[in-house]
Amino acid sequence: MSALSLHKKIEENTGLLIFGILLVSAIGGLVQILPVLNQKSLEEPTVNTKPYSAIELTGRDIYMREGCSVCHSQQIRPLIAEVERYGPYSRAGEFVYDRPFMWGSKRTGPDLHRIGGKYTDDWHRIHLIDPRTVVPESIMPGYPWLAERAASETGNIVAKMTALRKLGHPYTDAQIAAAESDLEGLMEIDALTAYLQILGTGLDEEIAR
Amino acid sequence: MTSATIAQGHDPLAETGEVYEDAVVIRLIQFSVLWAVVAMTAGVYISAELLWPTIDLGQFWLSFGRLRPLHTNGIIFGFGVSALMATAFYSVQRTSHVRLFSPALAWFCCYAWQLVVLLGGLSLLAGWNTTKEYAELEWPFDIAIAVVWVIFGVVFFGTIARRKIRPIYISNWFYGALIIVIAMLHIVNNLAIPVTVDKSYSLYAGAQDAVVQWWYGHNAVGFLLTGGFLGMMYYFLPKHSGRPIWSYRLSVVAFWAFTYSYIWAGPHHLHYNAIPEWVQSLSVVMSVILLAPSWATMINGIMTVSTAWEKLKTDPALKFIVLSLAFYGLATFEGPMMSFPSVNVVSHFTDWTIGHVHSGALGWNAMITYGTFYFMVPRLVGAPLHSVRLANIHFALALAGTMLYIVAMWGAGVSQGLLWLSVDEIGELSFSFKDVMTSMQPFYALRLIAGLIFLTGTLLMTYNLFKTLAGRQAVVAKAPPVDPAYAINKEVTA
Ligand code: HEC
Ligand code: HEM
Ligand code: HEM
Repeated sequence: MSALSLHKKIEENTGLLIFGILLVSAIGGLVQILPVLNQKSLEEPTVNTKPYSAIELTGRDIYMREGCSVCHSQQIRPLIAEVERYGPYSRAGEFVYDRPFMWGSKRTGPDLHRIGGKYTDDWHRIHLIDPRTVVPESIMPGYPWLAERAASETGNIVAKMTALRKLGHPYTDAQIAAAESDLEGLMEIDALTAYLQILGTGLDEEIAR
Repeated sequence: MTSATIAQGHDPLAETGEVYEDAVVIRLIQFSVLWAVVAMTAGVYISAELLWPTIDLGQFWLSFGRLRPLHTNGIIFGFGVSALMATAFYSVQRTSHVRLFSPALAWFCCYAWQLVVLLGGLSLLAGWNTTKEYAELEWPFDIAIAVVWVIFGVVFFGTIARRKIRPIYISNWFYGALIIVIAMLHIVNNLAIPVTVDKSYSLYAGAQDAVVQWWYGHNAVGFLLTGGFLGMMYYFLPKHSGRPIWSYRLSVVAFWAFTYSYIWAGPHHLHYNAIPEWVQSLSVVMSVILLAPSWATMINGIMTVSTAWEKLKTDPALKFIVLSLAFYGLATFEGPMMSFPSVNVVSHFTDWTIGHVHSGALGWNAMITYGTFYFMVPRLVGAPLHSVRLANIHFALALAGTMLYIVAMWGAGVSQGLLWLSVDEIGELSFSFKDVMTSMQPFYALRLIAGLIFLTGTLLMTYNLFKTLAGRQAVVAKAPPVDPAYAINKEVTA
């Protein structure tokens, strides 16, 4: 059967056309994406990469809620200028507890992957409430409401950690049991700051230097 | 060929076939235009926020990080998908010579989709956000989308299965690919464990999640913003210019090449990121290959109107469609260039990407939709367009707005990319982040003006279409008799 007569069949039969499209479009995914999902080395944490604590996880969820990732990447490319500006380039193993990944696609603000430890907690608090008090030219939005809401009200922390444990994050029973009391007395801005301070600290001291 | 069949004129007296269901098409067009205005207003607002960051007035729901997903989702799912549903329902009836399979389901599809977009948009403002680009909506919406999408598929393929014409016309393959591939991508990318109604965690983590997300993200662009709109092109361009598609065989080859190669190109969104290198390299090869079917399609379209240039002078609808093809050519040339690691190293993370996005989004998606609406609405209600002059003004505004937007973002993006990467002789960075950030202001101001111009054009169209529709109902359109040469014969089953 020539290619054209095969095609004539497909173009005259709804079922065949549906099947043809499904088949042809699935190949790329099966050959390119599936192997990546099965690549175990991408699931190996680097030495200091640990699951987020109750406070950090809450901070991360606030980061997601506020859409910080539309302006900030968390991915340092292995380029001289980039390593110079932001620190050691990003390794796959540093992100194994990131669901979803938070690499971003646009740098309206600087990369935040190695922001942990760069500033004090107080700097972050002031900056988050009104960035222009510390960086007058800043075009980052202010987040005054983060200082007014309790961190314990950001979703159900026990349910979150339990769900993540199902997905393989090694939380102990004790950690989950203590989660609610960990958040007590903290505001959202404290949780977000804790998350920012842990970012990029997952590398071996040797490499991180 | 089939294209000749659809291009032939109607003889109303001979029309004895089924009555087309067109009221739902009109309703979908109305919603589409509504979402265009809402989402573009959000786009203009966030453009302004990058100049004057305090205009969010300390309100969480006006914050950039929440309005930006509202802009992208509102445009893609509100404006884009409503327009695709409208044009798919319109053209599938006319290329199959039958009424929609189950008008009731089509109406359900129309309203259920609008409800998803409305509530989904509000949920984004409330901060329900998975942060996966173009898949930001949380799991309850993902399920609702999947259900409505399946119903869309049932109506569409159900109509094709009932058709009276033997060959399935080419526009329907593109709409078909839109429905099938988007369903696959949507389901796989959104797999997650729900925690509470507003929160879920992705089944994939880190690097693997990134690869899955951009397999989705790139192909949402590929099969929704490109494939779906090519379906529009393949029906409305020949129909409107009164010329059959220039090369039917080219469209066949381009369709399958397109469907095959798009899927591989996603990882070009992750160059130099922490994913396996072979995946990146493969995506470069496939992105370059993609240039071929993309340009083949553009050439096919341009050649189709090449004998109808005189119409272009007088007809704003056709002008929009032809210009959109030029921008389609531009975006699909720029895309493969940006896939080369040596170019991407500069363009990635910068406003260059934003410029590329909007050359496709404004120049291609919005313009072809505008042209198609200007063509369909008068026909649907059997009255002339309220004002051709306004439509011509809209055309000028749309072209000016798009060009200004792209040029501003090229300027911003290329300078960002180069300045960030520049180091002096001793390896020290030449520019601080703050220096580069402050130098963006003139470009952002130009983009704001561009957005305002484009939005003004869209508002003119809204008024024009509103006046054309006001007080009128869908005219009764019937399927014409089928040319025996293309009729379904008994042996061939659907
Ligand atoms: C409109 C885009 C935008 C959004 C949204 C945004 N930022 Fe920023 N961010 C910036 C810009 C621009 C800068 C650089 C100027 C400055 O330091 O304020 C910056 C700087 C920062 C810095 C300092 C980085 C450094 O190395 O000096 C941190 C930390 C930060 N942002 C955190 C956040 C967090 C957390 C959120 C979400 C709650 C957020 N940003 C949302 C644009 C944004
Ligand atoms: C052959 C065709 C095309 C190719 C190979 C291509 C390639 C690319 C590349 C390399 C990027 C940059 C990724 C990055 O550095 O982060 C990109 C981004 C993008 N392109 Fe294209 N492009 C093509 C056509 C189009 C068209 C027609 C549109 C229509 C609107 C479009 C919409 C987008 C969008 C929305 C993004 C931004 C994604 C994001 O970061 O959020 N592309 N494309
Ligand atoms: C009035 C017209 C428009 C204006 C002013 C506008 C403005 C903007 C702005 C300011 C951004 C954010 C850029 C950034 O973060 O730096 C954006 C992003 C985006 N817009 Fe628009 N937009 C308009 C129309 C459209 C249309 C018609 C579409 C689609 C069909 C569209 C699709 C997108 C997409 C996909 C993104 C995300 C790009 C990315 O993540 O890389 N926009 N737009």
